[in-house]
Amino acid sequence: MARQEAKKDVVIVGLGWTGAIAGIELAQEGLEIVALERGRDQATVPEFKYPDQIDELTWGVRLKNMQHPRRQTVTVRRNGDETALPLRALGSFLPADGVGGAGTHWNGLNWRPQPEEMRLLSHIRENWGDEIIPEGMSLGDYPVTYDELEPFFTRFEQVAGISGQAGNLNGQIQPGGNPFEGWRSTDYPMPPMPTTWDSHKFREAALAMGLHPFPAPAGIASTSYVNPYGMQMGPCNLCGFCERYGCYQYSKSSPQTAILDALKRHPNFSYRTHAEVLRVELAPDGRTATGVTYFDEEAQEEVFQPADIVILAAYQLNNVHLMMVSGLAEIYDPATDQGVLGKNYGYQMNGGATLFFRDEHFNPFVGHGSNGMCIDDYGMNRNDYGALGFIGGAYWRSGLTNGQPIRSMPLPSGTPSWGAGWKAGVGEWYGHAMSIGSHGSNMSYRANHLDLDPTYTDRHGRPLMRMTFDWQENDLRMNQYMKARVEEVAASMNPDIMQSSFKGPGARYDVRPYQTTHNTGGHIMSASPNEGVVNRYSQMWGQHNVFAMGAGNFVQNTQYNPTGLLGGLAYWTVDAIRSQYLSNPRPLV
Amino acid sequence: MSDLPGYPNRRGFLKTSAASVALAGIAARAEAQADTVPPLDEYWPEYLDAAEWAFVMAACARLIPSEGDGPGAIEARVPVFIDRQLADYYGRADIWYMEGPHDPTAPPEFGWQTPLTPAELYRQAIPAFNAWCERTHGAAFPDLDPQAQDEALTALDEGETDLAPELSPFFTTLLNNTKEGYFADPIHGGNHGMQAWVYIGFPGARAAYREWAGRHNVQYPLGPVSISGERA
Repeated sequence: MARQEAKKDVVIVGLGWTGAIAGIELAQEGLEIVALERGRDQATVPEFKYPDQIDELTWGVRLKNMQHPRRQTVTVRRNGDETALPLRALGSFLPADGVGGAGTHWNGLNWRPQPEEMRLLSHIRENWGDEIIPEGMSLGDYPVTYDELEPFFTRFEQVAGISGQAGNLNGQIQPGGNPFEGWRSTDYPMPPMPTTWDSHKFREAALAMGLHPFPAPAGIASTSYVNPYGMQMGPCNLCGFCERYGCYQYSKSSPQTAILDALKRHPNFSYRTHAEVLRVELAPDGRTATGVTYFDEEAQEEVFQPADIVILAAYQLNNVHLMMVSGLAEIYDPATDQGVLGKNYGYQMNGGATLFFRDEHFNPFVGHGSNGMCIDDYGMNRNDYGALGFIGGAYWRSGLTNGQPIRSMPLPSGTPSWGAGWKAGVGEWYGHAMSIGSHGSNMSYRANHLDLDPTYTDRHGRPLMRMTFDWQENDLRMNQYMKARVEEVAASMNPDIMQSSFKGPGARYDVRPYQTTHNTGGHIMSASPNEGVVNRYSQMWGQHNVFAMGAGNFVQNTQYNPTGLLGGLAYWTVDAIRSQYLSNPRPLV
Repeated sequence: MSDLPGYPNRRGFLKTSAASVALAGIAARAEAQADTVPPLDEYWPEYLDAAEWAFVMAACARLIPSEGDGPGAIEARVPVFIDRQLADYYGRADIWYMEGPHDPTAPPEFGWQTPLTPAELYRQAIPAFNAWCERTHGAAFPDLDPQAQDEALTALDEGETDLAPELSPFFTTLLNNTKEGYFADPIHGGNHGMQAWVYIGFPGARAAYREWAGRHNVQYPLGPVSISGERA
C-alpha cells in the first residue's frame, strides 16, 4: 500500500522549462502546487559553480549531468523487422536529469517555427497538392496557428532572455535580421551576441552569394538583463562550456536563471526531488486522473500524490512513456494506423561541412552554444517542394561553440585515427578549422513511432519504451540538396581543405554519435481525438484534467531547435488553464 | 602578433624581473605537483593487474607515441588515467543500462551491446589479444617490437584478431580512453602537466573570453590552467 500525501490542486511531473513555467504561472492563481522531480536539486551555485563544470570528461563525455540509462532508457530498432535493443549508454540524444532538466544543458538556440510549419499539410496542399506527399508520410496541421501563439513566443523569449536581431517586426522586414521568419510583435529582449571570426567569414561569403545572414537567436545573455519575473542574467563570457554543462555565469537561459528562484518564493509552491513518477492514476471511469504515484528514492517506497490537475512536464520520451504505462490513450499501431499514442515520432536531419584554413586562428574555445551567423534561404518556407523533389528545409549556422579537445577535434579526412600521424594531425590542425552546419527537418512517418518493448524493463518493472526509427528517403534527399548548397558556399571561401558530412541514400539510424536532443511527437496535438493525444490546449482528449507539455505535442518536427516552440506552447497552455479551465474544469474542445 | 590590451606579451613578460619572480613561483608549483606523482614504473594500479598494466602501457605508447612534436601518452600519464577510470563508475558501467538479454553480435549502430562493463572488457580482452599476438607474432603484445605492435593494433582495429563478439568494442574503447586521458583535465590522472593542452593550444579551464569574440584571426596568447589551479 502506497503512502499517501495530502491532496494538491496541481501536481507537476518534472521540473524543467515547462514544469517551471506551469508552476510559476499557476502559483499566481493561488493554487496549491507540488512539482515532482526524479533527479537531484540543482542551482547555479553550488552544482554549476566554477570550475566544477569546466570538466569535459565528467560532463561532456561521461554525461553525468544527463539521464542515466540505468534509471531510464529506451530500446531502439530501425524497423518492425528488427529486434529492438536497449540504448545502454547515451549517444544520439541526451535527455537530462535533475531540476532544470534539459534547460540546464542545452546550447540555447531559441527559434520560433515558421507560420508555414504550423500548417504544413495545408501549405503543401495549397501549393503542390496531396500528390507530392510520399506514401507513409504522416503530416498534419497544428491545431493552433502561429498568430495565436505569437504573444506566447514573445513571452517565452522575454522570460528566457533571448539575444538576437528581429527580421520581421509586425510585417516590416528589418535589415540584418532573418527576412524569412514569421512576424514578431517586438524585437528580441537583448541585442545579438558578438560575431566570432568564423561566423564573420561565413557572413561575408553568404552576402557575396546573395544570401541573407543574421545572428543566431541565442538563449545567451549578450548584456545584463532582468526578466519579467525579476530574475537577473549576467553577460556571457564565451567560456566555451555550454552544451552538456550547467552555466556557471548566470548567462545561459535556463529554469535556474529565468524562473526557479522567483518560483520558490511562492509559498503555495513546493517541489520534491528524487521523486520519480511511475504512473498517472485514473478515476474508475478513466475520464479523469486522481493524481500520480511516484517512487520516493529516500524512503524507498511508492507514494500516491492526489491532485485535481496533473501536468506532465517530463522530457518528451518520458512523457510518452508515462502515458503508455498509465494507459492514458491507445498506443499507435502502424500496421493498422489505429491508436494515437506514440504516433509521429520525429527527429532532426543534420549535416555539415568543415573548412580548414592552415594559417588562420579560430580560437574555438572562445564560444557559446548559440554562437554564429545563420541563413534561412533554404528553409521550409523557401523551398519549392514540387520542383526539388522533397518536403523539407534547413537553416544553416556557422559559429564555433567550443574547443573541448576530446570531442571537438576536426581533422582532415585521411588523418590516421591513432599513432604518430594522429598526434601530428592534432598539433597541426587544432584551432584552424571552422564549420557550416545544416539543421534540417525530419518529417513524420507511419513507420517511425514509439510503443512499449516486449522484453526489457526498468528498475521498477515497467516495460521500457521502444523506439522504431530510421531515416527516410524524402529527408535524405533534402539533406543531399543542402550538401550541394553548403559546399558551394564553403568552396567560395577558399579553404585549404574542405570536407562535408551529410547522410545520403541508404543511411541507417545509428544511436552512437550525438545528433540532437530534439525528439518530438508521440503525444501529438490534433483537431480530433482519433488523430492525436491532446487537443489544441495540450489537454488530453481522454482525461480533461491532464495537460501535457513539451515537444511530444509537435504534430511533426520543424526544421528548428524545438525549445522556442515548446516554450511558447507552454505559455499558451497555461493561459488556457488560467483563463478557461480553472473556473469550469472540462474538455476545452 | 600585436600587443593586446590587458594581456602580457609573452617575451616581455619573461624579461621583467618582477614577472620572473612570479614565473619562478609558477614553475616551483608545477614542479611540486610533478613531485607528488610516482614514476609510472612505480605506480600502483587501482584496477589493472601487472599483465594488464604492462599491456595498457605498451598499447598507449603506440596509440599516441612519444616521438615527434608533443607529448606521447606515456609522458601524459594516460595509463594512470585509464586505470583510475576502470576502477571508477565508468569502469563499472554504473550509470548504463546493463540488463539482459544481450546481443553482442548486433550491428555496431546499436551501440554498446556486450554484457561486459568497460572494466570487464579490458580484463577479458587483454589476455585474448595477447594470446593472438603470441600465436601470430610469437610474443605477448608488450614484448613485441614497435612495428609488430602497430601491426597487431591495426589488426585489432580492423576486427581481424578472432576476438569473441563480447570483446568487439575493445579497440574503440581503448582508443577512446587513451584520447580521453590525453586531453582530459589532469584532475583525472592523465594530461600530466597539461602537456597535451599546451601542445595544441587549448587554454583548459580558463573559461572566460568575453573580449576575444571580436579579436578576429588573432592567436590566443595564454597557456592553460587546470581545475585544480595548475598553470603551464
